[in-house]
Amino acid sequence: MVAFLLICGCTGTTIGPDPVSAEKQQLRIATTTSLDDTKLLERLSTIFEEQYNAEVLVVSAGTGKALEYGQRGDVDVLMVHDRAREDTFLADGYGTNRRVFAYNYFVLVGPESDPAGIKNMEPKQAFATIREKGMAGESGVTFVSRGDASGTHAKEQAIWKAAGLNYSTDVQGSGDWYLEAGKGMGATLTMTNEKQAYTLSDIGTYLAYKGDLELATLVDEGDILLNVYCAMQINPEKYPDINSTVAKDWINFMISDDVQKEIASFGVDKYGQPLFYAAQNDWEKIGVTKAEVTDPIL
Amino acid sequence: MYEIIEGFLEAARLIITLDPDVMAIAARSIIVSFTATIFATLIAVPLGAAINFGTFPGKRSLINLIQTLYALPTVIVGLLIFLLISRVGPFGSLRLLFTPTAMIIAQTVLILPIMTGLTISALSGVDPVIRDTLYSLGATRLQFLTNIMKEARFAILAAVAVGFGRAISEVGAAILVGGNIMASSFMGSTRVLTTAISLETSMGNIPQSIALGIVLLVIALGVNLAITTVQHR
Repeated sequence: MVAFLLICGCTGTTIGPDPVSAEKQQLRIATTTSLDDTKLLERLSTIFEEQYNAEVLVVSAGTGKALEYGQRGDVDVLMVHDRAREDTFLADGYGTNRRVFAYNYFVLVGPESDPAGIKNMEPKQAFATIREKGMAGESGVTFVSRGDASGTHAKEQAIWKAAGLNYSTDVQGSGDWYLEAGKGMGATLTMTNEKQAYTLSDIGTYLAYKGDLELATLVDEGDILLNVYCAMQINPEKYPDINSTVAKDWINFMISDDVQKEIASFGVDKYGQPLFYAAQNDWEKIGVTKAEVTDPIL
Repeated sequence: MYEIIEGFLEAARLIITLDPDVMAIAARSIIVSFTATIFATLIAVPLGAAINFGTFPGKRSLINLIQTLYALPTVIVGLLIFLLISRVGPFGSLRLLFTPTAMIIAQTVLILPIMTGLTISALSGVDPVIRDTLYSLGATRLQFLTNIMKEARFAILAAVAVGFGRAISEVGAAILVGGNIMASSFMGSTRVLTTAISLETSMGNIPQSIALGIVLLVIALGVNLAITTVQHR
């Protein structure tokens, strides 16, 4: 009996790269929860694995955490959506070959009853109103923040700033109306739904979860709500043994015509509208260079 | 209430239809935690014996320390291992981060204190009369240890059961060093039952979470039945 138990655990030789697919390279991608929760990456990596002899391993974390993994060289590719922090990452030499492959918009969602009355307001005005009414203690006015240094969190902070508020003194910890979830987008939406509060979400994750939520899109227009996704390699000069061949293949794959079409149509049959827009032809609209959306990495 | 019933039904469905994803996740949970338990046992039992039967300064403090480590949070162990095996860490060149091996290492480290401590308790609980009898019969060191182990086997196997239970039920370290990856190959993925439950719950898929939880308990039941059978030999 004991012998049987001991044998059961002896799988030592197979823990590690599978000998049969020893030639298959592994591509490690750190990505945002908003890309992973929508299952877009799952779809694209299935297609990629059919065409290339590689295995795609996706670690989903907030943008902040993903950047940390990238800085430590624990992954080969980053897929994030915070332009400012990406620029710093590239300038510091950790990343290289950034390409923009998709975009969508953030939306401010909340209860249908809209206790703060912010429907169709401008984003910064809506935020200011929620804060005003929340601090005054009006019932039902609560805001749930990602609170996790993610790209979405960064965007939220940018909107508070645009509204003329100092995030750390005027918003964070200013009252029970402002809750920090410290979680991914899907989990934050679930919490917001539970509390029937307001939150900022990317449209992709919101649509993917909509069926389970009793929240409505209240503010969806405004330039500040633009959400641009990029993919970049971790610089092989910083980490020479990083997998840069498959990383390049993946990034070029993302900006290829077929995949751009796939992205543009993703989710339409299920949700009635696309979760993402292809960046290929809209580079001017989203404020990036043409090279970033079309030039393959050599 | 309805969701819990749905969960049970979903669990039954997943198990009966041998849902491939759930089977893979369950198999991985078993392999990772089992291997970790084996490694930890191989270290903890000799170590526990050495500490228990040894006489050295600071023995009491050492046992105190081991017992304090019972409360070691899994996420701290995860963080520690993460820092060690991250590419910029001292063992970065082994490329262990985000692999099942990393999870085995983390779980082994995690359950080591509790298994060592319980082994010490088990051995020190052996009737002193037996020890004296063994001495007087002229047992060699090896014979002495083997026989004491046999006497304490019930409690030592209980330690193994506790170790396995702790290993298979932890989430913090598994997520930090494993990354909860769902990949196309079995060994490329690092999703186990606990991290899958965490994910499903955060996505609001309650029936699936409950189902996975039930699968985990069924496995724990099976393993413990096996251990109990051995204990009562």
